[in-house]
Amino acid sequence: MDICRRKSVIEISELDPFLAELLRQIPASANPDGAPAAEQRIFSPPIKGKATEFCAEWKMYVEPELRRLFQSATETVATDLEQLNGNEKSLANRTLRIPAKHSDAWLSALNQARIVIAAKNKFTENELNDHCHSPIGSRRDLSLFQVNFYGFLQEFILRELRS
Amino acid sequence: MSAENSSVTDMTKAHIGGHRPPLQFELNASYVSLFGMSCGPRRDGACLAQIKEVEEITHVSNEKAGTITTAEPTIEKETQSEEELDLPWQVVVHNDPVNLMSYVTMVFQRVFGYPRERAERHMLEVHHNGRSILWSGMRERAELYVQQLHGYLLLATLEKAG
Repeated sequence: MDICRRKSVIEISELDPFLAELLRQIPASANPDGAPAAEQRIFSPPIKGKATEFCAEWKMYVEPELRRLFQSATETVATDLEQLNGNEKSLANRTLRIPAKHSDAWLSALNQARIVIAAKNKFTENELNDHCHSPIGSRRDLSLFQVNFYGFLQEFILRELRS
Repeated sequence: MSAENSSVTDMTKAHIGGHRPPLQFELNASYVSLFGMSCGPRRDGACLAQIKEVEEITHVSNEKAGTITTAEPTIEKETQSEEELDLPWQVVVHNDPVNLMSYVTMVFQRVFGYPRERAERHMLEVHHNGRSILWSGMRERAELYVQQLHGYLLLATLEKAG
């Protein structure tokens, strides 16, 4: 896989089918529905301790706005990922071009996905920091690889934003 | 917070390069205002006034007569809103093993307008101490900051100082 910036586009080329599939899973992975731990992490309380009235108002007024914000980001990413659709059975490598103006949406969606996957799998800090983990051998290993792969993409986008 | 994912670079054999023209990015987020919301104790009255007495005694010298005239003290009234008297509230960011350090630094720069150095200092404080106070001041603004930080998926809370 190659990743580089070409003018106003971030280009991920030489994408093998496995990594292309991981990318296609970003929107679905970012969805916390059905996983209370992930939902709780994505919509964390704004105050610690007992402030039930304030938290209730937060749930009523702020959470829907945050939901819209997160959904908008994943929708943008899903649209960009349509480039990878078709020829699912083909083993040929693919290229994905992300408009630079979608960088914020990608950062958000990748972050959502990483947080949701980590919450669902209850990854510890040690696991998340162990980048020399053994090769993928289980569903949990695959999820950890997914978190790290998405983190790598985030790092590249952040680097481009800084430059 | 998670450290840089350098090993993933190796795993995916990624090549980073290409052109990097300057870019302008913005977060297209409209935030709900929580003005008027409060969980703290409220004082009666829409606006509380605080009277600050400043006694300005002016000494006027009259050289001819050789006398000193003392002017009447003036009372200066200064009003403060309820929120201003309710200071300070703190915006606290808590450690999270998933968010990347570089991402957290970028968020602090964007939300609070901090220079990179200061943003990194706060990020490292969160990483090492588990939390960092990013801002303190009026409650309404603190609520807005917490809301923005949640929009970036950071673990942030609002706390009353002291």
